[in-house]
Amino acid sequence: MKTERKLEKQARTVRSGYLYILSLALSASRDTAKMDLNMDSNAPHSMGTTIIGVTYNGGVVLGADSRTSTGMYVANRASDKITQLTDNVYVCRSGSAADSQVVSDYVRYFLHQHTIQLGQPATVKVAANLIRLLSYNNKNMLETGLIVGGWDKYEGGKIFGIPLGGTLIEQPFAIGGSGSSYLYGFFDQAWKEGMTKDEAEQLVVKAVSLAIARDGASGGVVRTVVINSEGVTRNFYPGDKLQLWHEELEPQNSLLDILNSPTPEPMNI
Amino acid sequence: MSSIGTGYDLSVTTFSPDGRVFQIEYAAKAVDNSGTVIGIKCKDGIVMGVEKLIASKMMLPGSNRRIHSVHRHSGMAVAGLAADGRQIVARAKSEATNYQSVYGEPIPVKELAERVASYVHLCTLYWWLRPFGCGIILGGYDRDGPQLYMVEPSGISYRYFGAAIGKGKQAAKTEIEKLKLSEMTCREGVFEVAKIIYKVHDEAKDKAFELEMSWVCDESKQQLRKVPDDLLEESKAAARTALEEMDAD
Repeated sequence: MKTERKLEKQARTVRSGYLYILSLALSASRDTAKMDLNMDSNAPHSMGTTIIGVTYNGGVVLGADSRTSTGMYVANRASDKITQLTDNVYVCRSGSAADSQVVSDYVRYFLHQHTIQLGQPATVKVAANLIRLLSYNNKNMLETGLIVGGWDKYEGGKIFGIPLGGTLIEQPFAIGGSGSSYLYGFFDQAWKEGMTKDEAEQLVVKAVSLAIARDGASGGVVRTVVINSEGVTRNFYPGDKLQLWHEELEPQNSLLDILNSPTPEPMNI
Repeated sequence: MSSIGTGYDLSVTTFSPDGRVFQIEYAAKAVDNSGTVIGIKCKDGIVMGVEKLIASKMMLPGSNRRIHSVHRHSGMAVAGLAADGRQIVARAKSEATNYQSVYGEPIPVKELAERVASYVHLCTLYWWLRPFGCGIILGGYDRDGPQLYMVEPSGISYRYFGAAIGKGKQAAKTEIEKLKLSEMTCREGVFEVAKIIYKVHDEAKDKAFELEMSWVCDESKQQLRKVPDDLLEESKAAARTALEEMDAD
């Protein structure tokens, strides 16, 4: 469906037959770097994304980057991909921004009613199941991968991964989004059972930061949400304060700052 | 206790001048005509027992079960019109499986009781439906522990430590109140329930009866099960001896 809409727009603004064919070939796969000369700001917003959910001894830590892209253009560089479903359950969203928002909104509504009927907070499992039912039953129309994490009094901290097709899988930790491809090996080595809250949060921040370094579709800031029996804590790690990895350059606020320095060189390598 | 409605009792959608709905009260009388049904909540589970009055000697013992499993963790004992009871049990089973499909976990007993009660109440709102002529004792074991509920034909549902409906409910309630339920295990509860049912059974009016018991407790792994045959026989024997001792006094 996305490709059809793209085709229509491109047909209207095409400059030459050759360019048209080239852009068709390039935009056939969503993962290739698109040199879209005819960039379409009305194209569906996709969250490149890195999302992570990790259980620790006493609760869960959810983490995400903050980049929402429309093709090559970063539509929102400070988005909040960790949304609240109930007081004790949050969800990390990836894939199509619209699809994930709509699914979250429906589930928030159902959970609200469920909480009222039950007379007590909903469990993480129930929240995850509701998300799964929507994802699975509408799998032909949706494109969103979600990580549900929270704390309830029966099971403690739990993480459920609900990838594209609508599987529901309970995991001690879950990763998702385009940036997660670069984190599988990292987690195999760095993950351990029964971490403390601080260890878990440091792990999540480090992981998102590594993914941002390598994945073009992830970037911006790192947001984390810690959920345990005491409640929910939101944390924010600005992009320029993150640790630099191999071959990364120092962040610069503006290239214009170089002009004000004593020896203005166009590029300081 | 019985008052004639005279004109205000023809429809379930009519109130009497003193604020009663007679049709619902008559429905409750249908429950009172049936054999006694008891449920108790012990410290590790629920025990339910039914005094099944046998209409004919040709009936196969063990047939016509009155305690039905609604979900793995809960069961219902029905008193009153058996056909009405079947309908309610079917609805409860459907609610339980639907809840499991949507929410991914077994239905909490409180929620199940509320849904059954709403369904029973539904039939007291329309002139073209008659109220259900049965009382339900619902026992289940969920994440919050064992719970016992009773649903009346009016649609009222309360949570109980011990409940009784049917012919001998007054006598049964008195007996249940004497028990120390919070210290009792379900094993002991089985013996007590058997004793009570044998005691309240009226030998003069109804000749033969069969005792049916089910439980959901830690011993049955939090699942609704028939009380094991050997335990059932033991409890029946103990109940009979207790009755003889009482008669001997």
